[in-house]
Amino acid sequence: MPIPVVYNFRSVRARWPSAIVAVLGIAGTVGVFIAMLSLAMGFKATLVSSGTADNALVIRAGATSEMMGAVTLDEVKIIQDAPGVARNGSAPLVSPEVVVIAPFPLRATGTDANVQVRGVSGNALLVRDKIKIVQGRFFQPGLSELVVGRNVPDTYNGLNLGNTVTFGGGKWTVVGIFDAGGSAFDSEVWCDSRVLDQVYKYPENIFQSATAHLTSPAALQEFKDSITADPRMNVDVSREIDYYAKQSTRMTTLITILGGVVASIMAFGAIFGALNTMYSAVAERSREIATMRAIGFGAPSVIISFLIEALLISFIGGLLGCLAVLPLNGLTTGAMNWQTFSHLAFAFRVTPLLLAMGIIFALAMGLIGGVPPAVRAASRPVAQSLREL
Amino acid sequence: MVRVDGSGSGGALIQVRGVDKNYSRAGEEIHVLQSLNLDVDKGEFVAFMGPSGSGKTTLLNLLGGLDVPTHGSITVDGDEITHMSAGKLTQWRARHVGFIFQMYNLIPVLNAFQNVELPLLLTKLSKSERRQHVEAALTIVGLAERMNHYPRQLSGGQEQRVAIARAIVADPTFLLCDEPTGDLDRKSADEILDLLTRLSTEYHKTILMVTHDPAAAERAHTLLHLNKGVLVEGAHLDQVAGGVA
Ligand SMILES: Nc1ncnc2c1ncn2[C@@H]1O[C@H](COP(=O)(O)OP(=O)(O)OP(=O)(O)O)[C@@H](O)[C@H]1O
Ligand SMILES: [Mg+2]
Repeated sequence: MPIPVVYNFRSVRARWPSAIVAVLGIAGTVGVFIAMLSLAMGFKATLVSSGTADNALVIRAGATSEMMGAVTLDEVKIIQDAPGVARNGSAPLVSPEVVVIAPFPLRATGTDANVQVRGVSGNALLVRDKIKIVQGRFFQPGLSELVVGRNVPDTYNGLNLGNTVTFGGGKWTVVGIFDAGGSAFDSEVWCDSRVLDQVYKYPENIFQSATAHLTSPAALQEFKDSITADPRMNVDVSREIDYYAKQSTRMTTLITILGGVVASIMAFGAIFGALNTMYSAVAERSREIATMRAIGFGAPSVIISFLIEALLISFIGGLLGCLAVLPLNGLTTGAMNWQTFSHLAFAFRVTPLLLAMGIIFALAMGLIGGVPPAVRAASRPVAQSLREL
Repeated sequence: MVRVDGSGSGGALIQVRGVDKNYSRAGEEIHVLQSLNLDVDKGEFVAFMGPSGSGKTTLLNLLGGLDVPTHGSITVDGDEITHMSAGKLTQWRARHVGFIFQMYNLIPVLNAFQNVELPLLLTKLSKSERRQHVEAALTIVGLAERMNHYPRQLSGGQEQRVAIARAIVADPTFLLCDEPTGDLDRKSADEILDLLTRLSTEYHKTILMVTHDPAAAERAHTLLHLNKGVLVEGAHLDQVAGGVA
């Protein structure tokens, strides 16, 4: 049987001031690590939730976002007649859309941020059936009216319900607030696409994307095959959810790499803290170790015992780091969406998976910091250690 | 029977033959033990005396398998320990040696029970069997009711008694005591010596004890002096007591 774990528990407790260096180092590292990843998770979740499985997004072939390229009115008509498109009575549920960027001042800093303004068709709420008006009403087609996502009034100055704002050379009134379930649309401003075209003096028969509501998620293949086989069409068709998942990758990769670099640097320091704590534990207890060895505990037992102790310390650190970042969960923040160059509000998502990753990260740091001291503890000559007082 | 001339018949429990122990310090060899011979029969109680630095601790470390001689051989109960691998030697210690140190060397974060239980964790005994053995050992040293006390809650004499309980709990082949009373007042020292004497007479333990204390040496059956690297048989006990006083 190995050296009892109670020995390590009590030793850590008896020498807690020394353990605290390692604990805090690891806690801080794990905290930053989880915070960064929860930021990436939140960003991704917000974008992914913007799409639904039974919607198809049609954009210009080769375009990486709806901001690039155009879909013509002729193409929209073909889309409306394509198989798999859901209908409301006889009207096909397709929303051809125009997207522009307009600057509005952020409440937090007073500086301008890019807001995505989406010109949609009158049936947009039927196409995106998860989005609901929660205050006011939807815009009247043909009028300079805006409905805004539920994050918008809190994020920007001047976009409250009832406010009148000027952009693109037109005067607009905010008539409603919609809830898009925490998706990217919650950071958008919507209006009638025809009105937007007029104000911006855009040609009326050019759109940037068309979103089609399908009869079922499975209808996508049929829809896509018919569109892409049509020689008149020069477009890409993707499931809406896939399009938004892809949009999130650049930002999440960026945050993850940045977080990885910062966490690595911090981990370096934390491992040093663990090394230091464990080396001093080994030095202070050299006679105890020698006594155990004399009694007959082998070198492997000593190594395992000190590794367990290092893991114990790092586990406490990891737990502390997790507790520290837990309040971040749900906290809303904003960042630039690099695909659309518009500002996107999203919330940190501290998931159980991230917490588990944080704990594993902590244990890894403890293990790396624990191995050299543990090996030293086991390799000191017993007779010599017993002579030291 | 105890012999120091290497003439033992081969039936002795401990047989030391031609043992040298050299240390090198600052590039210089120091010869601590030189062609040392020793035969100790089962059940003997041997005391070693000698000036500080004469190599008493060195000898005990060799006998206990904590260190290896430069030359020569040590055989205990038929096992030659001088050629064992480090891992084998560790297992051998667990099975055959009970150590008693001057500074007790109890683990401060473990209570008396847990300290005494340590050697039993290396055996195949079940939890309840271990408990029985620990309680028996603590009863022998008279501390059964202190088994939940931590070392800092015990006096020096009590700590040493717990250490003795730890040394005997796994019923080792022999006990090695390095100045077991060196850090104790007279009264506590006498209690420890009474205990060792009882272990020798009642339980027939084989005990090898290093001491500076003539009163301690007096308890042993045989007194050996370590001088210039070899053992010589001590004077009669009354002469030792008289000579040192
Ligand atoms: N690891 C070592 N390296 C070098 N010299 C050592 C080492 N261990 C012991 N010595 C030397 O060996 C000699 C014998 O030491 P040892 O501790 O065996 O003496 P001792 O008889 O037990 O002394 P004391 O009565 O003071 O305990 C001393 O000169 C000591 O300095
Ligand atoms: Mg000594």
